[in-house]
Amino acid sequence: MDRSEQDVIDQALAWRSEGRKVALATVIATWGSSPRPVGSQLAVDETGNMIGSVSGGCIEGAVVKEAQEIMAGAKPRLLDFGITNEQAWDVGLACGGKLQVYVEAVE
Amino acid sequence: MKEALLRRLAADRAQHRAVGLITDLESGRQLLLHPDEAVGDLALDPAAEAQARTWLMADRSGLLEVPGRRLFLQASMPAPRLVIVGAVHIAQALAPMAGLAGYAVTVVDPRRSFATDARFPDVILTSDWPDEALERLAPDVRTAIVTLTHDPKLDDPALTVALNSPAFYIGALGSRKTHGARLNRLKRAGFADADLARIHGPVGLSINALSPAEIAVAILGQITQVRRAGAKGPAAGEAASAEHAA
Repeated sequence: MDRSEQDVIDQALAWRSEGRKVALATVIATWGSSPRPVGSQLAVDETGNMIGSVSGGCIEGAVVKEAQEIMAGAKPRLLDFGITNEQAWDVGLACGGKLQVYVEAVE
Repeated sequence: MKEALLRRLAADRAQHRAVGLITDLESGRQLLLHPDEAVGDLALDPAAEAQARTWLMADRSGLLEVPGRRLFLQASMPAPRLVIVGAVHIAQALAPMAGLAGYAVTVVDPRRSFATDARFPDVILTSDWPDEALERLAPDVRTAIVTLTHDPKLDDPALTVALNSPAFYIGALGSRKTHGARLNRLKRAGFADADLARIHGPVGLSINALSPAEIAVAILGQITQVRRAGAKGPAAGEAASAEHAA
């Protein structure tokens, strides 16, 4: 975890202090070419504000969509993205990599 | 994730403490692991805790190798340090760039006209002599040291302390000729060739850098290259590649 990840956590806590719902996404595992290493994080609030990243920008949209459901009360989820995953084609993971992302609410 | 736990994690990081966050991906339960304690609602057997502590100290995040459980460790170690000797023009570019790359930066220069807060915002400045400053900073394996003064009176004492430390990177600005003369002086001072081989000189990657900012890019590039040498994405199914062909 480096300074950019610390900024993600600090921003997530700042949003919480403003009374917003917040979710945190973390890269759990990667295979092949993935632009962001294990441990990379993305925080998102209920209005779709984002800080940080879990990919080069290809799966953030899909992660934010899942995050909205989790902020609304769903359990934490482990998401798979990759060549074998049809959704990955939809969100355009064109690098040929695979990765797992854990999404949880901060509450 | 409990907000209180995240606040504790943020506070630990702000205080430069080593801390690991362990998440049970099945139950969502979590544990904050410090070198001397553990807090949270996740139970961990001694073997798993030992492995987590080992990985934490190696700054390695990933799925712990615990049969039958999916436990993810998010390792967070204090920022690596960069000590720049010489509050010169290149340092004015290198200090903020290194800050962006996650380093805690200290600039050392006893010449007070150089080492001013106006020239170096957001950086720790010290006007001690370089050898005294470096001894006080006690460089460790997470410290990089770069000398930029060109002045043997300042650079040589700094390099002497650097060579006697386990710093992961030592770089010295100067042409091949200047660096050759420097190596001869250090050799006469008693350093072996193997010691002197640790000094990157002329400093930085060979990218035809010209301006102070470009030279700073070359230096930070080389520090990154050395720091990440042999680094593989932990817990990756295969070697992760930064090549992103998208």
